[in-house]
This record gives sequence, C-alpha cells and structure tokens, in this order.
Amino acid sequence: MSDLVIEAKGLTKRYGNVVAVDSLDLEVHRGEVFGLLGPNGAGKTTTILMLLGLTEPTAGTVRVLGLDPVLQPLSVKARVGYMPEQMGFYDELTARQNLFYIARLNGLGREEAHRRIDEVLERLGLSDVADRPVATFSRGMRQRLGVAEVLLKRPQLVIMDEPTQGLDPEVARRFLQIVRDLKAEGVTVLLSSHLLHQVQAVCDRVGLFYRGRMVLEGSVPELAQQVLGSAYHIRVEAEGPSSALVDALKGLPDAVGVEKEDGNRYRVVARRDLRAEAAEAVVKAGGRLLGLEVEMPSLDDIYARYFQEVEHVAAA
Amino acid sequence: MSQQHESTRVVRAREGSPWTGLGAVIMEEMADSLTSARMRILEVLIALTAAGTVFISVQDLRNTVGEDPFLLLKLFTTGRDPLPSFAGFLVFLIPLISIALAFDAVNSEFSRRSLSRILAQPIYRDAFLLGKFLARLGTLALTLTVIWLLIIGMGIVGLGVPPSGEEVARSLWFLLASIFYGGIWLALAMVFSIVFRQPATAALASIAVWIFFTVFWEMLVGLAVPWLRPLKYGLVEEVLAQEQLELALNRISPNTLYGEVLLALLYPSVRSVGLLLPFQLYRAVLGNPLPLRESLLLVWPHLTGLIGGTILLFALGYVLFQRQEIRA
Repeated sequence: MSDLVIEAKGLTKRYGNVVAVDSLDLEVHRGEVFGLLGPNGAGKTTTILMLLGLTEPTAGTVRVLGLDPVLQPLSVKARVGYMPEQMGFYDELTARQNLFYIARLNGLGREEAHRRIDEVLERLGLSDVADRPVATFSRGMRQRLGVAEVLLKRPQLVIMDEPTQGLDPEVARRFLQIVRDLKAEGVTVLLSSHLLHQVQAVCDRVGLFYRGRMVLEGSVPELAQQVLGSAYHIRVEAEGPSSALVDALKGLPDAVGVEKEDGNRYRVVARRDLRAEAAEAVVKAGGRLLGLEVEMPSLDDIYARYFQEVEHVAAA
Repeated sequence: MSQQHESTRVVRAREGSPWTGLGAVIMEEMADSLTSARMRILEVLIALTAAGTVFISVQDLRNTVGEDPFLLLKLFTTGRDPLPSFAGFLVFLIPLISIALAFDAVNSEFSRRSLSRILAQPIYRDAFLLGKFLARLGTLALTLTVIWLLIIGMGIVGLGVPPSGEEVARSLWFLLASIFYGGIWLALAMVFSIVFRQPATAALASIAVWIFFTVFWEMLVGLAVPWLRPLKYGLVEEVLAQEQLELALNRISPNTLYGEVLLALLYPSVRSVGLLLPFQLYRAVLGNPLPLRESLLLVWPHLTGLIGGTILLFALGYVLFQRQEIRA
C-alpha cells in the first residue's frame, strides 16, 4: 500500500462565484501529523469536508488511503475518524449511548461495540462519567468524548478541525498528548487550527492556507527559513563595553545581524545555532557572559511575518 | 459490448447500498421519539381522547346492543355533542402528532451540530433521512396500533360483544389509512425541517399548512368553483360538473381524503363517497351494508392517494436534503 495517506491534486471547490479552495495540492504521509493553518475562512474546513466525501470537489482529484471519497465514501468514512469543529452530541443520551449509536453506524456488533466503548472510555478517562447524560459534560469532557468516538472505529487517519479551540491550557495540553500517542501508534493525523504554538508542538509538517490556497508548506524550521530568512535568534546577556561586544558578535561567521537591546542584552540573528561561538566571542572581547539562549522560531512569528508581507504587497 | 458499458457504469457508481446503517438510524431515532417528553404528552392526549370517547359511545351503545351488526365500528364513530367521535378527533390529532414528531427532525441536527459527526460515519445521507422518517412513521404506527387495541379491548369489556371478522378487518384498514394520513403530515413537517434552520419556523409552517387545509381550503374551493365553472343555463350537467370539480378540488386536501376513507370504512352502509347518482341506487337496498371489498373499492384511490402523497413529499425532502451543504 502506498505511503501516501492523503493525496490531493488541483483540488478546487467553488460556491457560486466564491472560490473556497483553489487548486490545492496536498500530500500527507503515513504516520505524519500534519497541521492546516490559516485564518478563518481560508478553506481549511472545506478541504476537510472534501477529504471525507461530505462535499464534492468542483475540480481536481483526491485520494484518501488510496480511495476516492466521491465514489467510495463509505470505505473512506469507515477508516477515517473525523472530529468536527463543534462536537454536538445527543445531550439527553449518556456518553455510552452516544458512542453506541456511532458504533452501530459503523456496523459493529453489540458485543464488539461494548468492548470497544469500554476501551475508549477507559483510555480517555471517561469511565466514571460514562452513564451520565452528555448535557452535564464540560467542554473538555465533550472534547475527550469526541476523541473517544473517533477512536471507536480504530481509524488509520484522524482528521480534527480546530480541536483545541476553547479548551483551557491544561485540557489542551492533555489533548496534544493524545495526538502524540496517536502518532506513536502509527495513526496519521491531520489537524486544522489557528492556535499556532499548539500546532507547532505536535505537527511534523504544516501547511499555511490563505484565501483557498496553500501558500506555504513544510516543517516549522523550513517555514521559518522561507519566511523569516535567518531562522535563529540568539539572546546574549553580557557585561562589558557594548560597542566592542557588538563588533565581536557581528564578526561571527553566519551571523546576519546584531542588535543591542536594553541594558546588557543583545540579540544575534544567525543562519545556524551560534551559541558556542557567541560565548567565545564575548569572552574574547573582554565581556562577562551572564546568559545565552537560542529562541526557537515560533510559528507565530512566521505567521505574523507572512501576513504582514502579504498585506504589504496587497497595499502596494 | 453492453456488458462492458454496464461495468464502466458500475465503476463510476457510488459504492455500497444507500441503505447501509439504516437499521441503526431507525433504532436510534425510534428510541429517541418514544422516550421524548413530547411523545409522552401526545400519548396522554390520545389515551384521554380514546378513553373519553369510548366511554361515551359504550354508554350510548349499551341501549342498542343487538340492533346493530357493526357495534365495534360504532365505538369509533359515536360522539355526543359537543364531543366529536374518536374518528373525528383523529382527523385533528394525527396531523398534530405527526407535525410534533417531525418538525425538528433535520434542523435540530444542524443546531445541535451533530450532523457532520453522524454523516462522517460510513452511512449515506439517504439512510439518515429515510431512517429518520421510518422511525417516526413507526412511532406513529405503534401509538395508533396501541390505541386501536385499547379501544377494541375497552369495547369488548364495555359492550360484552366480541367483534366480528368483518369489523376487525374494516378497523384494520382504517388503522392503515390513519397511519398514512399521518405519513403525509410527517413528510410535510420533515420537508419544512429541512428547509428551515429554526425548528420553531418549521413547526409554524407545518401548522400553517394544516390550518390552511382544515379551515380555508374548503372555503376557497367553494369560492373558486362557481368562478371556474359558472352555471350558464342551469342545466343538470352544469350542476354536476360543478359538483365534481368541487369534489376533486376538495380531495387535494388530505383531510378530505382521510374523512372519506373514514366514512366508507367505518359506515358499511355508505355507498358512495362522492355524488350519489340515481343509477347507483338501482336495485340497491338502502341502509344495507356493503361488503368490505366494495367499501374498499370506493376509497381505494383515496388510500393510494394518501400513500402516494407521503412518498411524494418524502421524495421532495430527500432531494432538498441531498443538495444541502453539511456545514452550517
């Protein structure tokens, strides 16, 4: 079987004159965690719905697990777990009843269904509340129930639309751990979000959506390289003559720029991690090194910078 | 050659049966309908109506036991002013139950945001919608059957006369007609639940249609007929044509159809549900009951009309639902 779990070519969706997704090419490999990023209305959800066969593409082709979601939606949906942006359950039913319905829709027999339900409830720590109506559940519990439902069908691919939205930090952290566990089990995960640091924490690769197009794609360091140019920001805190220190740091190979910030702080922008070299340079220049750290490029920076540029271009 | 053509078509077709998962949807929806508070209220309402009307008719009929061969049917049709008979009540109650069951069938899935979650499971929309409809029709059928059994039971206890086979057969056909009369209103409410995102709007629209047919349709027909077929010379043919047009137009209303079915099935001596022309009475013994077969023939078009209307409205809802975008 092919290594490609999702393969989209020229995928396009138009609603009337509005182009929601514009000739998208996307490849996601087995076992990968892929993040779809982008502002609201960029076409993330529409893309997801097309992957599931819940809406038909206007043009282009898409293969999910080697299947065509337009002609083989049942096979696709039997293998792909989908967590929509807003998880609506039947509130008057218990967690267990809600899961049982989904299990039956997936064609599981009664015994197998109950076995798997117990298993997923246990795994997500919902066993104690399994027989309470979902109406009494908190947002975090609903979220976990949503994951439980997705795991019920033992999916090969899990698609999550804005899974961490509205979760408190602790619940979000636990949720990200679930995503990592899925990856460890070899499940491919596609998640969309605009909460960047969370995406950064779990995703192997990300794709940045803007107005229906995927404008950037790659791992976070790759994107940083593309958008920010020099990827490494090194903070140096040192006592000593500032002009001599700045000159020494500027002289480092692969250093792109040096800025003096307030007090004894300096910021070196470099093409690679220059911490060791910077320490040496500071000492040689007669300074006393107090602190040294490298700032990982954050997706927030990439995102902010990218859209700054886009708007700049648009304005010009 | 044709086989090759066939096989390419098969490859292009959607895989699997459109009814995959239908059973699961029906079971879930039916459990949901049967346990809902609104169904409880309706059940109490029907049970009270049935008990009340049967009690009255038993009291009235006790005096005439033995005179009427169709005592059981009288249970359904005897009323005492100002209370209508049970069958009379059903004309109002069935649309009410049906609309109450179906007005939020689809739009509540949107407002609960559960639709995309359900449709992300390996089922087609076809099974989802049909399952919802059949579950509600099943709920209605179950309720009506229970009431039917209760009435017959109460009748046997109250009157002390066992029903004849003919009576049971007639009342069973009546039950069937009642279910499909409900089916029309179910399908209608379901169409509105697809069209309108707000359940309240859908309920209101369904009730508006119901009131239109209950109150205004007959009036409108009465006004329209003289205008469409004016009496120019006062000939018998003209009067007949007018009457026939009026009847045909009235029968567009499911209430009229159901009323006429009710008449023919529950009053065995009724010989026509339309105009009774002299030649139809030729050699007829007035007041003599028709056999069931003949009564059924009288209202066969009505029965197929009710069933056809149900299917037609469901098909309309089906088309609308298939075209809807999932994302709210």
